[in-house]
Amino acid sequence: MELNGHQTEDGTSGETENDEAIGPKQTHQQQQQRPWKETPSSVSFLATSNMEGASAGGSASISRKTSSSSTVRQRTESLKKNRPPFPWFGMDIGGALVKLVYFEPTDVTAEEEQEEVENLRSIRHYLTSHTAYGTAGIRDVYLELPGLSLCGRTGSLHFIRFPTHDMAGFLQMVRDKHFSSLHTTLCATGGGAFKFEQDFLMMADLELHKLDELECLIRGVLYIDSVLPSECYYFENPTELERCEEKAFPLENPYPLLLVNIGSGVSILAVYSKDDYRRVTGTSLGGGTFLGMCCLLTGCSTFEEALEMASRGESTHVDKLVRDIYGGDYERFGLPGWAVASSFGNMMCKDKRESVSKEDLARATLVTITNNIGSITRMCALNENIERVVFVGNFLRVNTLSMKLLAYAMDYWSKGQLKALFLRHEGYFGAVGALLELLKPS
Amino acid sequence: MAGHVGGTEGGRNSMDKSITLPPDEIFRNLENAKRFAIDIGGSLTKLAYYSTVQHKVAKVKSFDHSVKEAEGDPVYEISVQEEITARLHFIKFENAYIETCLDFIKDHLVNTETKVIKATGGGAHKFKDLIEKKLKLKVDKEDEMTCLIKGCNFVLRNIPHEAFVYAKHADPEFRFQNTHPDIFPYLLINIGSGVSIVKVESEDKFERVGGSSIGGGTFWGLGALLTKTKRFDELLQLASRGQHSNVDMLVKDIYGGAYESLGLTGDLIASSFGKSATTDKQFSKEDMAKSLLHMISNDIGQLACLYARLHNLSTVYFGGFFIRGHPVTMHTITYSINFFTKGEVQALFLRHEGYLGTIGAFLKGAEEDNPNQYSWGENYAGSSGLMSVSPDINPMQRARSGTFDMLEMDRLERQLVNLPLLQDPSSYIPDTVDLTEDSHAREYWLSCFEEALDGVVKRALASQPDILEAAERAEKFRQKYRHKLQTLRQQPFAYGSLTVRSLLDTREHCLNEFNFPDPYSKIKQRENDMALKYYQKVVRALEDLSWEQRQFALVRGLLAGNVFDWGAKAVSDVLETDPGFGFEQAKQQLQERPWLVDAYNQWIERLKGEPHKCALFFVDNSGIDIILGVFPFVRELLIRGTQVVLASNSLPALNDVTNNELHILTERIAGMDPVIQAAVKDDRLTLVQSGSSSPCLDLSRLDKVLATVVRERRTDLVIIEGMGRAIHTNYYAALSCESLKLAVIKNSWLADRLGGKIFSVVFKFEVPPKTQGLH
Repeated sequence: MELNGHQTEDGTSGETENDEAIGPKQTHQQQQQRPWKETPSSVSFLATSNMEGASAGGSASISRKTSSSSTVRQRTESLKKNRPPFPWFGMDIGGALVKLVYFEPTDVTAEEEQEEVENLRSIRHYLTSHTAYGTAGIRDVYLELPGLSLCGRTGSLHFIRFPTHDMAGFLQMVRDKHFSSLHTTLCATGGGAFKFEQDFLMMADLELHKLDELECLIRGVLYIDSVLPSECYYFENPTELERCEEKAFPLENPYPLLLVNIGSGVSILAVYSKDDYRRVTGTSLGGGTFLGMCCLLTGCSTFEEALEMASRGESTHVDKLVRDIYGGDYERFGLPGWAVASSFGNMMCKDKRESVSKEDLARATLVTITNNIGSITRMCALNENIERVVFVGNFLRVNTLSMKLLAYAMDYWSKGQLKALFLRHEGYFGAVGALLELLKPS
Repeated sequence: MAGHVGGTEGGRNSMDKSITLPPDEIFRNLENAKRFAIDIGGSLTKLAYYSTVQHKVAKVKSFDHSVKEAEGDPVYEISVQEEITARLHFIKFENAYIETCLDFIKDHLVNTETKVIKATGGGAHKFKDLIEKKLKLKVDKEDEMTCLIKGCNFVLRNIPHEAFVYAKHADPEFRFQNTHPDIFPYLLINIGSGVSIVKVESEDKFERVGGSSIGGGTFWGLGALLTKTKRFDELLQLASRGQHSNVDMLVKDIYGGAYESLGLTGDLIASSFGKSATTDKQFSKEDMAKSLLHMISNDIGQLACLYARLHNLSTVYFGGFFIRGHPVTMHTITYSINFFTKGEVQALFLRHEGYLGTIGAFLKGAEEDNPNQYSWGENYAGSSGLMSVSPDINPMQRARSGTFDMLEMDRLERQLVNLPLLQDPSSYIPDTVDLTEDSHAREYWLSCFEEALDGVVKRALASQPDILEAAERAEKFRQKYRHKLQTLRQQPFAYGSLTVRSLLDTREHCLNEFNFPDPYSKIKQRENDMALKYYQKVVRALEDLSWEQRQFALVRGLLAGNVFDWGAKAVSDVLETDPGFGFEQAKQQLQERPWLVDAYNQWIERLKGEPHKCALFFVDNSGIDIILGVFPFVRELLIRGTQVVLASNSLPALNDVTNNELHILTERIAGMDPVIQAAVKDDRLTLVQSGSSSPCLDLSRLDKVLATVVRERRTDLVIIEGMGRAIHTNYYAALSCESLKLAVIKNSWLADRLGGKIFSVVFKFEVPPKTQGLH
């Protein structure tokens, strides 16, 4: 991706040249010697969360900041020894989107600040002072987790994404920012960690520490849920449009759960404990299908555009409903008249093809893909005998329509047996999991 | 959703209305038709009706023996009588012809008492007024799904080789399944515009357990939007030429290769249409259609597997217009099922899938006649068979051709059931060689039947010397059967697995179709007369022998008798030219021991032990075979204290002895032989009909009475005689009691195949594993 902020905002080209002299090892040593110091401003956010959740998060190296008591200080002091040098990144390279999480330490002391190498500072400044990078890189500011205590440091966790096809631009930026002077490896997961391994090495002199995407996903989910009580939520009264509303759902005893990750494609995992999980199945009808089809059917080019169109469309112009065939409910089999009998079924008819709008088509595509994921999920839940389903993945980003549809479908077709749960950091759990791997004590 | 697409792509109704229907071939027997049913889908109409067919049947009647008969008089007389049998007709045609067809029916429907027509399918309401106006019948709508299930149960129960698995790259592409005696439970996945998943547990118990809105309508609707191609067939055609990897995001597009830790190969689709999320690229219609086809087929396959697992079912049938004989969709669905179940579940398809709705609607209407209490048989003469699905055939041509597909089912007079003595009814396969798979054998037998055709025509004519128009009918028979053989050469899978049995049965059906019910009646009569004269002499000669000698002579007599087979060309040629060819000459033709398959020693050892309680004997030919071969052998069994049940064909086939004839012959022999007389009187010798009219034998479709007798008498020995019954069929049949399979190979090609020469002897004595060691 072309990172537009580079020259204009930072204006630090001279500084970066100087930094090249400082080797990574030296940096590492300097950081470790720095005294840890708390930033009072960050305390409030997480002051109420409990410690048990942290262990459920699955990584011993993570602690939550509670107060500046000496016990915490001692613990974090000891953790420090295993702490990797800054910057802390976790990356998840998917089929369509690259998800990047970045931990910005906010407890940097003046001394630390002084000693901070320029390359590191440049990266920090660049990432934290922008919300958009290049043509399509975005920092999801609303997801930012400030005041997070990680590995004895306090800071903010930033969530950044950019399209996978901008990988070359990203690598160029990594190279320009001399990332390899700070780290020789980068923790990465997702298929792209394998696909782009050579590119990282050749173009950015970085070795990828490749991590399994399912493991990262689960670890990320459990961690974020443990540090953010409002992370998980559900829709109350999903079958009643007016009364349907979001409610927090504490995932205290989450197992067993079905974890449905809707990215370009869909993976469905049965999770029995943090280490005991299995990919039950998957489907190729996912977010990529929604966007791909919308592009072909409506000429739109972005997910946001497609969603926006869908929000204004009417899928019943496109789909054939039970009532279109039977005039009402198909009572013999308990099928309500409003149920979709055939997705895009009306489009078999020439007249109807000519009268639908692009918005209708976008809406129908969204409904079709979403309902299909819902029904496959429901069958898996039945086969696995699991009643709790957590939906994640970037398909759900700013996509309340799909979430409500899923919540409705789970509830309606299971007669209230199944509960659909959602997480606020939808698509970033794999990247979080990768970051946690970086911070794992060796 | 239940099945059919209503009101799609109109505009074709106006064309082709001027076609003239050939009444000889389509809508046959309309004069007697009653009970109509119609299933109108999105593009095809399926019509069903019941008719009675007047048939000539050959009857044999014993003369009144109180009058002293003159030397040379035949033992019985043959008469050809009219008999009425019931038949179901199913015709499938394009909706474009519906008006023409209704007019035709109106014109040809003479005094019917029928007042209503049962209707199903999405298009039924659209044509309701037209039907009511034209036919003056009240349209009575039936639930689609109920009809579908009823129809499905009916074809599964009555048509062997109804179900098949499809393998695109195999030769043949179709592998027909043996009908399991218990067809329940099963899952039916009906892919119409949407998908319905139905669990069927019994005749009356079924449940729609689930479904999906992504079905044939989605393929069609989305396909039309994406490719601007309107017709379903054209879309499939496009898809078969496309490359989905240009549109889909594959695992390797994300991973650079396989996702090894999960065992997902690089070529798997990670995201359908994942590559089309861009505006700066054009995608070909073919590629998009292919991607769409994969997406939908995979999705349906996946759901099918999830439902099969949830309900613990492994029998899964697929139907609906999305499937309907399209090799492209059968392949993608099969692929999907194999992928998701790792081969645990097979995707099954049905030969008559398109007829299920109309069959079911018909059955609903005929409930008072209780059609399910009868067994029905596919009439090969009147049925079109499975259409060629060679991908070379342009589906557009296929769809637009005015072909009328037909299925005719004969009501069998007897209810057919399994032989209770089959070791494993579910794995029993009657036929020894599947000619669909064995192309060399197929080639040979097709030619063999073609060469024998002249002889059969000649026989047929000779059986009706006094009937003037017989020559014309015989010629029609010749053409019909030759055409069938040609069809089978092109499409060996047309009626399920091609076998020697099906070729023989097709010939019998064609002969009946043209009113040649028993071409060999006169020959059988002559040979029976002649053989009866020798009976006493043969029995006396046997009595003079020692026990050991006699046993061998009896077996040899049985084998020599079996040489007299008009079904075998090598023999019929001899019999045609040398009328004097007799029992002794036949014995000389037999192979000397050791025979090709020789279990004689084991048989003799067995005879030295306990006598069998009851022997069931499936007999073969008339004349010398039954009278001089079988009866002396049976006589010995009776003397040993074994009861005997003689099973013969219900209706004529070649020169096989029929149940009617056997009754007369037994009576005559009883008159000459006190042993037989006493056995008949004490009911130790019983005659039953097999329920069959074939020269071969399907032990899974036998007369219910036979099954009862077999069970009641605790039958512990089954004897199967003749090439048709013991070699072409049942050679590998495993029975739960002892069995004797014997035949003389009267065909040099077959002898060669089995590693012997013509007139080689097969004498197979088998003891089931569980009783082994007791003797």
